[in-house]
Amino acid sequence: MLEEAARVLTLQAGFNTAVVVAGTAALGMAGGTVGTFLLLRRRALVSDALSHATLPGIAAAFLLGVWLGLPGRSLPLLLAGAAVSGVLGVLTIQALVRFTRLTEDSAIGAVLATAFGLGVVLLSYIQSLQVGGQAGLGHFILGQTAAMAWREAVAMGVLALAAAGTTALLFKELRLVAFDPGFAHGQGWPVQRLDIALMALAALVTVIGLQTVGLILVVALLIIPPAAARFWTERLGAMTVIAAVVGALSGWLGATLSALFPKLPAGAVIVLVAGGFFLLSFLFAPARGLAAAALRAARLRLALAEQQALRRLLVGGDASPVMRRWLAVKGFHRNGALTDRGRAAARAAERNRRLWERFLIDHPALAPATPDWGIAPIDRVLPADLVRVLEERAR
Amino acid sequence: MQYLWRTPGARDDAGQTPMGPSPLVVRGLTVAYHRKPVLWDVTYVAPPRGLIAVVGPNGAGKSTLIKACLGLVPTVGGAIEVFGRPLRKQRRLVGYVPQRESVDWDFPVSALDVVAMGRYGMIGWFRPVSRSHKEAALHALERVGMADFAHRQIGQLSGGQQQRVFLARALAQEAQLYFMDEPFAGVDAATERAVLQVLRALDAAGRTVVCVHHDLQTVAEYFDHALLVNARVIADGPVGEVLTAENLRAAYGGRPLPFEVAGA
Amino acid sequence: MTVTVQDFLQIDLPALMAAVLACAACALVGNFLVLRRQGLMGDAVSHAVLPGIVGGFLLAGTRDTLPMMAGALVSAALAGVLIEAVRRLGRLESGAAMGVVFTLFFAAGVVMIEQGPARAVDLDADCVLYGQLETILWLAPTSWSSLLRPAVWLELPRQVVTLAAVFALAVACVLLFRKELTIAAFDPGLAGALGLRPGLFHYGVLLLTAATAIAAFEAVGSILVVAMLIAPPAAARLLTDRLPVQLVLSTALGALAGMAGYAGAAFGPFWLGAEHSLNAAGMIAVAAGGILTLAVLLGPRHGILGRVLGQRRLAAAVAQSGDSLGR
Repeated sequence: MLEEAARVLTLQAGFNTAVVVAGTAALGMAGGTVGTFLLLRRRALVSDALSHATLPGIAAAFLLGVWLGLPGRSLPLLLAGAAVSGVLGVLTIQALVRFTRLTEDSAIGAVLATAFGLGVVLLSYIQSLQVGGQAGLGHFILGQTAAMAWREAVAMGVLALAAAGTTALLFKELRLVAFDPGFAHGQGWPVQRLDIALMALAALVTVIGLQTVGLILVVALLIIPPAAARFWTERLGAMTVIAAVVGALSGWLGATLSALFPKLPAGAVIVLVAGGFFLLSFLFAPARGLAAAALRAARLRLALAEQQALRRLLVGGDASPVMRRWLAVKGFHRNGALTDRGRAAARAAERNRRLWERFLIDHPALAPATPDWGIAPIDRVLPADLVRVLEERAR
Repeated sequence: MQYLWRTPGARDDAGQTPMGPSPLVVRGLTVAYHRKPVLWDVTYVAPPRGLIAVVGPNGAGKSTLIKACLGLVPTVGGAIEVFGRPLRKQRRLVGYVPQRESVDWDFPVSALDVVAMGRYGMIGWFRPVSRSHKEAALHALERVGMADFAHRQIGQLSGGQQQRVFLARALAQEAQLYFMDEPFAGVDAATERAVLQVLRALDAAGRTVVCVHHDLQTVAEYFDHALLVNARVIADGPVGEVLTAENLRAAYGGRPLPFEVAGA
Repeated sequence: MTVTVQDFLQIDLPALMAAVLACAACALVGNFLVLRRQGLMGDAVSHAVLPGIVGGFLLAGTRDTLPMMAGALVSAALAGVLIEAVRRLGRLESGAAMGVVFTLFFAAGVVMIEQGPARAVDLDADCVLYGQLETILWLAPTSWSSLLRPAVWLELPRQVVTLAAVFALAVACVLLFRKELTIAAFDPGLAGALGLRPGLFHYGVLLLTAATAIAAFEAVGSILVVAMLIAPPAAARLLTDRLPVQLVLSTALGALAGMAGYAGAAFGPFWLGAEHSLNAAGMIAVAAGGILTLAVLLGPRHGILGRVLGQRRLAAAVAQSGDSLGR
């Protein structure tokens, strides 16, 4: 079993499997890249509506194919129909939000469910027609990789790379629109058209992923990798790259697992793998993960206790034995008294406290958002001219 | 038809002055939210350069006027011209410092990234932000005293610092006409001085700044011209002429003024 | 195809009743999601219950409704807690937090379904997604007059009884907590200051939504429950500014969508000369969407037509006043 797993992972288990695994990895990468901007633009659930709205397009395209006399199931036609109706769904949402007093969540939910319902109705109509080629239509809902031909996987890979590449090309424009659309509009950037471009990229990723992951879960490829990446960095460029990597790994591992255990539904497995990465990031990422946050909170409490102890010792008070031992380790305390370094540190702590107090009194509403602002060295948090003003006023 | 600035008495035969088109002309602007008029038939011609304060009571439509001038809110009627041409053709000449609340402070960008956004118009489509543009952005941060914080994520800055970053972004645009929405509101004393310094420098460089300002007591000190609005234009012109007791009564609806206005 | 009275009473009437009750209950509860801008909580709940339903089935070993419903409630509650945790501790925006949690739950449910026991007994994702109105049968009534006999009503199908109970529960909750619901919907800060515990309220609404949605799943399926939780309240919101009117109107519109959708799916094709009926759940969702569309376009005050006319009148008024001042 292990050798087989190794072979699949390294793309040596047969051409078909290799291409499918690689194509799925590309899909994951595209999902992570495009999804980063969807996440920051707060459009995560609009993609959910987009993917549900593809169903009537698929059904309509199928009916069109039947009417045109096309043999069997024409995948490009179906996917084209999916893209058109998905994008129409998103445009409807935007129109609803702009022209009525409906809130965005209501618009998204209404379009999502109504479009899906329409798709379901059309599917039942197709069923009643009893024409050939309709067996696979239902699979667009929950996905299946088993029957994917290598050509389809290659197409998937190429389109996914195109989606990722376009996002990279539009990086600064998408960043601008995501951060401050009002300013972007004021500068003359076509905010609406950029939004539509982003949604078109999301539609592309959705359509590529429909066969593999199914329309209900494909939104996970656009949400989970970027959400996981967010925990690792405060820089957008790094976040995009990490999201792409997480997405690619999820696709790779998920497709591999699905190839090894055919009873496992591929789409669900890919999503669960991505979820595993998310959980790891949520707990252990050093920038914003829970463990790191807990560690920082502990360090904060220690720093606070340390400063309080230093200030007390300076004025002849006392500190607990544990604290005295800790201060000794840092070279601030020896033989029952503060060292010179200790006294300097204590005076700095006292000045810091006075200046922060003055800042809090003068500008109660202006505190920075970091949790350590009352304890951190004030010269490192506030600009020098402001610190000078505070020093004057504190005298 | 162009609106040109006319200094009283200084007209040539065609009714034009040699000073060129006015930086901002607003004609018959009306803005309504849900049928409630917020701005009603506002007409205004800005002086060719200088610091202009937009003042008026709360809810008078001051912010809305700025946003309408930038094309950020839909209008029911009226036209805006910047240096003689419609706004949408002149975006590169217009800078904007919005109120602080309008962004997500958790966004993964640094102060330098935000200021560099002011240069995107110059960079154009698809091209990345080059080193020279990043240096220009850093220079703008220096002018507001924030160069040391260039790589700090914006959510980690204090309120006044965030305001300075937005100001630096507008400076990085190298515009001719600046709109600012309450840049002095709720900031610390040092930030207030930094903002004022920037305003004075812009004035010295011949730029025009239209600034929504909430504090009547400092208008005369900081600005040369004023525009007093309360859904309609009550008065406009040099500060001393606008902030008369009579005008203020008309704008503030007869409420007793809680303070003395210098020169009233 | 001709429908005999008996066919109608035994096949269509119970399905119709189930549909109408499900739609009315969801529409009523949905108001409190829509007003608090949490319409997508319904979407999240309807996806997140899948592992609970399958788990309940696997644990109980039977297709009884009770273990599945219990499992669904547990699953929904757990999802709610996790979404809050991801939002608060992970500092993700609420849409993304919901998206992460409900897709993971749904994926887990899909994997559980594909394992042996569930597959063998035909518990598949289809019936959770689309519901099974067609299987609700009421074999007791034989004619219209037979409906007057109480014994007939005692044999009402279980699903209809459950839905009637849930609807009654929803109405009771709304009436009991009318004031609290209004304040919490419009001003959570004030609600907190008055000691109304908006956090508690949030979970209460979540559980009520979950219970209603789960009961409705059997009729219209999970995805389409979302349609009923959002579209009728949204439509009512566009037609009135008063909360009591909105509550009644949304319930009525929901019931209307249920009737129109079912009739359209079951009888429509035949009236048009076709041979097979269409999917009832889907048609109900389409009907709800259609009602919302009408409200959006034609609403007298907040609909597009109303607004355009209003803006024209305003522009005309401006032009007139400008002329009179000689500017």
